Amino acid sequence: MQQIINFIIRNKIFLLFLLLFSISFFLTVQSHSYHRSKFINSANFLSGGVYESVNNIGSYFDLKKENEILLEENRRLKSILYNSEIDSIKENFKDSTLLANASYKLTAAQVYKNSFSATNNYLTISKGKRNNIAQDFGVITSKGIIGIIDNTSNKYARVMSVLNTNIRVNAQLKKTNHFGTLSWNGQSPELVQLLDLPKQAPVVVGDTIMTGGLSTIFPKGIPIGTVTSFKLDDTENYLEIDVKLFNDMANIGHVYIIENLDSQEISKLNSEDE
Amino acid sequence: MNSVVTSNIARFIALVLVQVLVLNNINFLGYINPYIYILFIILFPIKNNRLLFLFLSFMLGLMVDLFLDSGGVHAAACVTIAYIRPVLLKFSFGMIYEHQTIKFSSTELGQRLSYFSIIIFIHHLILFSLEVFNSSKIILVLKKSLFSSIFTLILCLLITILFSKKNK
Repeated sequence: MQQIINFIIRNKIFLLFLLLFSISFFLTVQSHSYHRSKFINSANFLSGGVYESVNNIGSYFDLKKENEILLEENRRLKSILYNSEIDSIKENFKDSTLLANASYKLTAAQVYKNSFSATNNYLTISKGKRNNIAQDFGVITSKGIIGIIDNTSNKYARVMSVLNTNIRVNAQLKKTNHFGTLSWNGQSPELVQLLDLPKQAPVVVGDTIMTGGLSTIFPKGIPIGTVTSFKLDDTENYLEIDVKLFNDMANIGHVYIIENLDSQEISKLNSEDE
Repeated sequence: MNSVVTSNIARFIALVLVQVLVLNNINFLGYINPYIYILFIILFPIKNNRLLFLFLSFMLGLMVDLFLDSGGVHAAACVTIAYIRPVLLKFSFGMIYEHQTIKFSSTELGQRLSYFSIIIFIHHLILFSLEVFNSSKIILVLKKSLFSSIFTLILCLLITILFSKKNK
């Protein structure tokens, strides 16, 4: 017994090093697996609060640009509104049951922290549990997809960006219904990869890729990006496509959070199947 | 003694804040960021309680991880360089370190350069290999750690020269 204690005292520095290193290694491994990184994340009151107060100052510098983005979005929405059959839209606006039956709920939020140069990137945004935000809600901007909520605290939430090697999003071609899986290979922050698309899909460079309706996170038809190049993968049955994102991931100010109100029903239905 | 403690606490907080709020937004050429918060470990007093030093380095790395959502990669890299620092000190400064009378501001530039560059490169190598965590992307890891190391080294040398007290 004495020898054991002596050994511990003699090697206490090495043992402490080993302990601390294994703790951090454990945290690292956890952060590399989807939905596991619970302990160390920036959606807590300390780092969230610091980012919030810095963002309060910094956001003034972007006001002009944010206004232009809003104007542009307004213009687009108005042009859709005026060019469609006006009667049906007017009816819909008065009909409040339409909103009650809506299957998606949108919440606006501000981005406090954004990263795009690491292999697993995350954003921190200004809405959390007390705004009824929970895990697996989708996050978009007016231009396209941003990511999926993966952790929430009371006031803040952490978003797993599309620039994260763990992300998987169902995506499809805009012109046909061929679908595949969107992921990221960790290299260029402008390009994401669409994998497992059947090779008979008629892809040409410049095609638009949007979200498919198969996931319960995003509604169908949210734009993602355009095809820049494609090739057959190793099995020679599927296409591997590089997609240039519509969003500039390095420059994001405001986002919308999408809640699918039917997601519980859908996943319940799917789990009954198994 | 007290002034040493307060100056180290101030350095700890200032370096973490500067790192996460300013330097991580640089992204020079898309992916090159300097990680100067390890100046805390580099400049920590030589005469120290090694257990406390290891623990503080771990906390430093964990704080940075907390802000950057990187799991525990910074903590792991920091603990490692804190553990091997005495070896590096002996290698770079030789006999002066043995007498424990070393002051970073009064050492030769060449010795300081070798000490800084070795410790920074080891830190970055561990950092990026854990961050990428994929043995097939070893070229990417080496590229990232080399370029970031150069950036960090230049900034660290500039900061130590700027903030060093003049010996008159």
